[in-house]
Amino acid sequence: MRIVVCVKFVPDIQSDRQLGPDGRVVRDGGDGTLNELDENAVEAALVLAEEHDGEVVVLTVGPDDAVDAVRKGLQMGADEAVHVLDDAVAGSDAIGTATVLAAAVRRIGAEAPVDLVVTGMAGLDGLTSLLPTALAEQLDLPALPLASALTVDADARTVTVSRRLDHATETLTADIPALVSVTDGINEPRYPNFKGIMAARKKPVTTLSLAELGVDPATVGAAGARTRVLEAAPRPPREDRVLLTDTGDAGTRLAAWLVERKLV
Amino acid sequence: MTATPVLVLLDHAPDGTLRPPVRELLTLARTLAGDAGVHGVWAGSEDPAAALDVLAAQGVSTVHRLVTDADLHLSAVLADGLETVAAATGAELLLLVSSFENKEAAARLAVRTGAGVVTDADGLAVEDGRVIAHKTVLAGTWTTRCKVVAPRAVVTVKANSVVAEDAPAGASPQVVDLPVEVRATSTRVRLVERTELAASGRPDLGSAHVVVVGGRGTEGDFSAVEELADVLGGAVGATRVATDEGWIGHDAQIGQTGVTIAPRLYVGAGVSGAVHHRGGMQASGTIVAVNADPDAPIFEIADFGIVGDLFTVLPQASAELRRLQG
Repeated sequence: MRIVVCVKFVPDIQSDRQLGPDGRVVRDGGDGTLNELDENAVEAALVLAEEHDGEVVVLTVGPDDAVDAVRKGLQMGADEAVHVLDDAVAGSDAIGTATVLAAAVRRIGAEAPVDLVVTGMAGLDGLTSLLPTALAEQLDLPALPLASALTVDADARTVTVSRRLDHATETLTADIPALVSVTDGINEPRYPNFKGIMAARKKPVTTLSLAELGVDPATVGAAGARTRVLEAAPRPPREDRVLLTDTGDAGTRLAAWLVERKLV
Repeated sequence: MTATPVLVLLDHAPDGTLRPPVRELLTLARTLAGDAGVHGVWAGSEDPAAALDVLAAQGVSTVHRLVTDADLHLSAVLADGLETVAAATGAELLLLVSSFENKEAAARLAVRTGAGVVTDADGLAVEDGRVIAHKTVLAGTWTTRCKVVAPRAVVTVKANSVVAEDAPAGASPQVVDLPVEVRATSTRVRLVERTELAASGRPDLGSAHVVVVGGRGTEGDFSAVEELADVLGGAVGATRVATDEGWIGHDAQIGQTGVTIAPRLYVGAGVSGAVHHRGGMQASGTIVAVNADPDAPIFEIADFGIVGDLFTVLPQASAELRRLQG
């Protein structure tokens, strides 16, 4: 059972996140981290690898610092890491990123077949949730997104997930190889322990360029993006704010304020 | 104004009635479509009859009903259908309600057709033949204007982004069956089971105009939250803590990984305002917070903040609203 986990390096959600003049998320603030939701993906892959005697490859696309994201995956217990590093990737939209990841997964699969691709449900920077399905489409794999529970039947070579949508719950199943995205409800990601951190230092991180992946730079990055941010601005502060401590009539005052503002 | 019809996916309940945000999307689509008009896309075996009154009032001329034996709940099959209707109409703009299912289909369609895709837009315009989308990002702290560079655009639109209005002149929508050629690979995923969530009797959380949210401070007692929600005609939501504690179902969770909401009015009761929660509600129009802790981060973003006991403030507000409403 060989599992590739796609992870993303994002600004820490607790930090003061910014967009630059180019409309892109500022990623060099020094407080980047492994996307929290991808920790659930790594954990899910590690659990499956433990159950089915498998191995886990963590994969990321991003600038120099992004190697920290795959390092964290190695510290948690992944076996090897691949970092696609190429200036031409900057400015990719979700579809462009999926194109690069798809090429990298194919490359990893050429060394030994990949049974499962696992991703988090969304990146906490862009939060588009487009990537998992776009990646499955590009890899021509069945997609089982938003798994809150995940099982693999190694003999039947099937994967089954449970998922919750706005108006329904679903159980989906498909033959592997397949792609699964997982929610933050699926598991509790493990913390890297000292042993894991030491072991990670000896694990290989392979760096690949777009040329090595056979990806035409014109099809990805800012050059290939189908959407472009024209303007970005911090949301203006809220005005006319009211803050009071209840002295017995706050509920009445709230009701009057809501009526006055025509909110009821 | 576009030269081709603007397509709107008609999300609907199992009884064939439209989900409320669809009316908002149809209103928005009309402002973009001009003479080319707005066409609906009906995906599912349900009879569209129950939706026709709304569609007529919205001035929708044509409803394309996707016909296939495959299950249109599968995103790959839905993408096959949307691809078919885009090809049949020549439409360059497709609008969908922002939901996880619709984003899955949007991603596939973008890969297949070369369209640019924008998710969670809260406003749209067409300038020089290109779609310009407005959206709020980074947990509601930034606003952006985003241009779709590609000639084709697929946009998912957040609920409550547009005030729905009927068209100046109604229409008599024609329902046209459109056979969908389903790719062999689209049915590799098998839908073993699908259970529709029971309606609560309250508005749908994702599209409600008013949402009252209970957090840790409720200590599991949601009665004051529910009472205020009912007085305001709103939905009831919850924080991650409240759902993890089992005080309310997980489908009520508001946050970046739960339901993302942008109602006209958000009321947080006993909600501290942790960053993950804020990411799911910070785009709300007006934010009211009631919390016993004066240092709760939610007060930083509240339009009306009350430091106090939710179990006295909320019932008092409910009683006063009832009195004012007569």
